[in-house]
Amino acid sequence: MISTVYEKEKREMRQVYAETILELAKANPEVIALEADLMSAITTNKIKAEIPNQLINSGIMEANMMGVAAGLSLTGKIPYVHTFGQFATRRTFDQLFVSGGYAKTNIKILGSDAGITAEHNGGTHMTFEDIGLMRLVPQAHVYEASDSTMLGYLLRRIEKEHGVHYIRTIRKNAIKLYEENETFEDGKGKLLRDGEDITIIATGIMVAEALRAADILEQQGIHAAVIDMYSIKPIDADLITEYAQKTKAIVTAENHNVIGGLGSAVSEVLAENHPVPMYRIGVREQYGQVGKVDYLKAYYKLTNTDIVEAVQRLLEKQLDVTH
Amino acid sequence: MMDLEKVERFRDEIRLKTLQELHHLGFGHYGGSLSIVETLAVLYGEVMQVDPNDPTWEDRDYFVLSKGHGGPGLYAALAVKGYFPEEMLYTLNQNGTKLPSHPDKNLTPGVDMTTGSLGQGISAAVGVALSHKLSERKNKTFCIVGDGELNEGQCWEAFQFAAHHKLHDLFVFIDDNKKQLDGPTKDIIDPIDFAAKMDAFGFYTCKVDGSDVADIHQAISRGITQKEKPVAIILDTIKGQGVRYLEELADNHHIRPNESDTAAIEQAIYELETKLKQEVRG
Repeated sequence: MISTVYEKEKREMRQVYAETILELAKANPEVIALEADLMSAITTNKIKAEIPNQLINSGIMEANMMGVAAGLSLTGKIPYVHTFGQFATRRTFDQLFVSGGYAKTNIKILGSDAGITAEHNGGTHMTFEDIGLMRLVPQAHVYEASDSTMLGYLLRRIEKEHGVHYIRTIRKNAIKLYEENETFEDGKGKLLRDGEDITIIATGIMVAEALRAADILEQQGIHAAVIDMYSIKPIDADLITEYAQKTKAIVTAENHNVIGGLGSAVSEVLAENHPVPMYRIGVREQYGQVGKVDYLKAYYKLTNTDIVEAVQRLLEKQLDVTH
Repeated sequence: MMDLEKVERFRDEIRLKTLQELHHLGFGHYGGSLSIVETLAVLYGEVMQVDPNDPTWEDRDYFVLSKGHGGPGLYAALAVKGYFPEEMLYTLNQNGTKLPSHPDKNLTPGVDMTTGSLGQGISAAVGVALSHKLSERKNKTFCIVGDGELNEGQCWEAFQFAAHHKLHDLFVFIDDNKKQLDGPTKDIIDPIDFAAKMDAFGFYTCKVDGSDVADIHQAISRGITQKEKPVAIILDTIKGQGVRYLEELADNHHIRPNESDTAAIEQAIYELETKLKQEVRG
């Protein structure tokens, strides 16, 4: 930790995926990458070029790809499956639920083009539901990567962990957050900035928005803590409870539907452990659409300004209650 | 050469145990469990390299019952083969059982893949066959799909994939028993011609009498000799196969027997028991 300049990384997230899987596959012949005709979109064609037997392009058949991954894992292979998030989850939900989770097979899934970052692919390709769906799969591990260091680390870490793992990511350049030696445990959040007035819990592209919001709030004399809750399931209930006790209000921020995702997960922890006022920044009762990220951020109210305003409203409400 | 007498006896034992198991439970998927008995007898009695004492033996052949509702038939075959005591068959679907309606690889010794959500088992079988091909291993993979199950688009995805990757050690059996839950397949989704379809999808295709163990075995042997294509064996079967009364019952996918059904099932059990006892004496 941690950069404070909010610069885009040079290396795209898709390069990180392709290069990390290539490295894993070279070191371990049991690692197999699977694609459903989106090899070029995620740049895994470099795996195909170097070790063709360890990249299987299933063609446009996501349901079968998920089943083939389950079958590969029955014989000790370690399949990493990639497709766009909506195909990886919405389209193949019963396959990953039954042949994956219920059958206790070993499948690593990368869902790319998280939420609004699907940009010009628009509503059919924009998923605000993938985290919610994956959280419903018992024992599945669900992450959203916020920068390249984290994505590389998570991909390497889960190689040795059995079960269904879902990592949500953008394909292009993330904002740099972490130094290269940072580690990312299962079920832990990262406190990126401490504060005592409010806690902002975010994932993915919303982490940088949360940090920017915290800067703005600081100028107003509001000290916000910021947590990158990359492990959405299991979730760091201890950290959430600790900061609920400390700051007495929480805002979550996600590039996802507020139902089922980070906001839901955090509110479930709060409701059972330490209820405090909260607000969920995220997509509310909407489908996706085409547009640039900045336009979509504004449209779905996912900007740092939206976070700042949510914090202000929450703190005002608290004052009303206190007085 | 197949030991015909041995396999036919195995067939009768599987059929008897399937009937006893379902009769004890009082209801279940009689139709589709009985239609695969001959194929299970050939596979577990003759063809497959497996070790019931070491169900996860690395060099074994794999079996996936993609039409998972035939589970009771598979359990009977596994019990007779010696994977677990035959008494365990009477726990079918009881609370806490290791034998649920649809096979669960994490519960039952000898079950290689969890199935029941139709269309999914075939993809897993294809994954197993692909894995062995990639690792240059000789294990074979056998998979039974239902004729009704082939309504599922995922099956046809899996077939394209298997043919593209030339998974010649994959054997797909289509249990063409001509009925699915709601009625005859030709009235629900007409299969038209499974053999022509599988041939067009790039499979080495044969059609056999699915009630004739010698015919099934011969088709598998022919499939083994070719090394180019995955193998499709279309089993011409009857739902409820081997028990005339059940074969003729119109609604025989899932049966909750009435009085006359029960009498017929008990009669079939009696006849099979008598036949098997006579064979021992003979």
